[in-house]
Amino acid sequence: MSTNQAKKPRKNALVLFIHKLGSPPWFYNFTGKLIPWLWLLFGVLAAWGLYLGLVRAPADYLQGESFRIMYIHVPAAWMSMMIYGLMAVMGFIALVWRIRTMEILAMSSAPIGAAFTLAALISGSLWGRPTWGTYWVWDARLTSELVLLFLYFGVMSLYAAFDEPRKAARAAALLALVGLINLPIIHFSVNWWNTLHQPSSIGVTGSTIHPSMLWPLLIMAVATKFYYAANLLTRARLMLLEQDFRKSWARDAINGVAAPTTHGEPD
Amino acid sequence: MTTIAGMADVAHSASLSRAFFALLRRDLLLAFRRRSELLFPVIFVLVVVSLFPLGIGPGPALLARIAPGVVWIAALLATVVALDNLFRSDFEDGTLEQFVISGHPLALIALAKTLAHWLVAGLPLVLMSPLLALWMNLPTRAVGVMAASLALATPILSFIGAIGAGLTISLRRGGQLLSLLVFPLYIPVLIIATAAIMAAVDGLPHGAFLGLLLAGLLTSVTLAPFATAAALKISLS
Repeated sequence: MSTNQAKKPRKNALVLFIHKLGSPPWFYNFTGKLIPWLWLLFGVLAAWGLYLGLVRAPADYLQGESFRIMYIHVPAAWMSMMIYGLMAVMGFIALVWRIRTMEILAMSSAPIGAAFTLAALISGSLWGRPTWGTYWVWDARLTSELVLLFLYFGVMSLYAAFDEPRKAARAAALLALVGLINLPIIHFSVNWWNTLHQPSSIGVTGSTIHPSMLWPLLIMAVATKFYYAANLLTRARLMLLEQDFRKSWARDAINGVAAPTTHGEPD
Repeated sequence: MTTIAGMADVAHSASLSRAFFALLRRDLLLAFRRRSELLFPVIFVLVVVSLFPLGIGPGPALLARIAPGVVWIAALLATVVALDNLFRSDFEDGTLEQFVISGHPLALIALAKTLAHWLVAGLPLVLMSPLLALWMNLPTRAVGVMAASLALATPILSFIGAIGAGLTISLRRGGQLLSLLVFPLYIPVLIIATAAIMAAVDGLPHGAFLGLLLAGLLTSVTLAPFATAAALKISLS
């Protein structure tokens, strides 16, 4: 009896926590406490990573100083793909269990992911000009990234097209999911298309990166994760307030009254 | 009890195929009653393809080089333009809601409607492709492959497009949005289909490309109707 009771609350604590996150007021309060820390961690890590990358790392003997664009470009490209995957997974959860905060998180991810994709494309073409001699080539990676941007635009415009936010989120989540299934096929066909038309003459050399150049990159990769989390939660909180502005918890939150910590508000 | 359940099962599957063919017949009948609309995708492709020689110049070598891409992009455009009608009229007069409450699986209804849509909008392109090949100065040895690639892969366009049509059906200007949603998903089809035709032009083996298109066809026919059904349910909610 006593062991049962000892075990039960532990298990329930996690389940309870997840259930609580599904409640808008609780989510709003909890993330409100979390967000400053996320921004702080991002700021510290990004400052450290950029200092190491832009100041301390030695210049590349082939590319000179322009290789430093990598510290923005590579993390942005990684994030663009990771966020699409997360968005589709959160969309799947939202579609199956109809959790409203999940819908909001999935839809708040789309503009951030699109921004990272755009950042990867722009920084890549700025790097390509001195290195390859051109802003744009129909390289397989560039093309895949461009298609990813189109997929983000599709999800965002479908979401914006509906008047009813919940219906919009479910429709856009389904599209994101279809896109996720298609993404590997698109990726492989584009890869293969490029090798078919012309052998890949340009690309990052396969040589290993020296630690003094690699560490800033890894720090920046972690920093962008915190940026995503902070930006995502900030957006999600605002979206919740916007949708719930008639409800009492949202009014209290806007007016600066401490919102109730219960999760009684049905959505 | 078991025999009754078994009989119900048999009756159910019989009613499934009956519902499928009844819906297919109805959609085809509706399409043939509006002949001018029936011709629309065909004329659209003819006009779009004829714009390319006018815009680029009539040089036969250049036309032959771009022929696979031009014909396929025209097919993509024609499919998307026709897609908006796939569920539109049924949605507007409430027939789609009747389908949902009919008790038949919505995926089956999506399958029948998409198939009917392809028979009306896609199949004429396949039949017309030799004429387009002639216009674009495509070598005769590639004409058959072009027709085969269209026959295998235009259904993929219809089935993937049906998901987008289901998602945008309740929007007033869904048609414009639809093209933005589905074109990125069409990229693999475009790449593989044009590669098949180009391989045939160069006298290279092209069986593998057609095999890939067949694989895509089977995958989209089996999976896409379920996604379309989910999309329609969201739009009707």
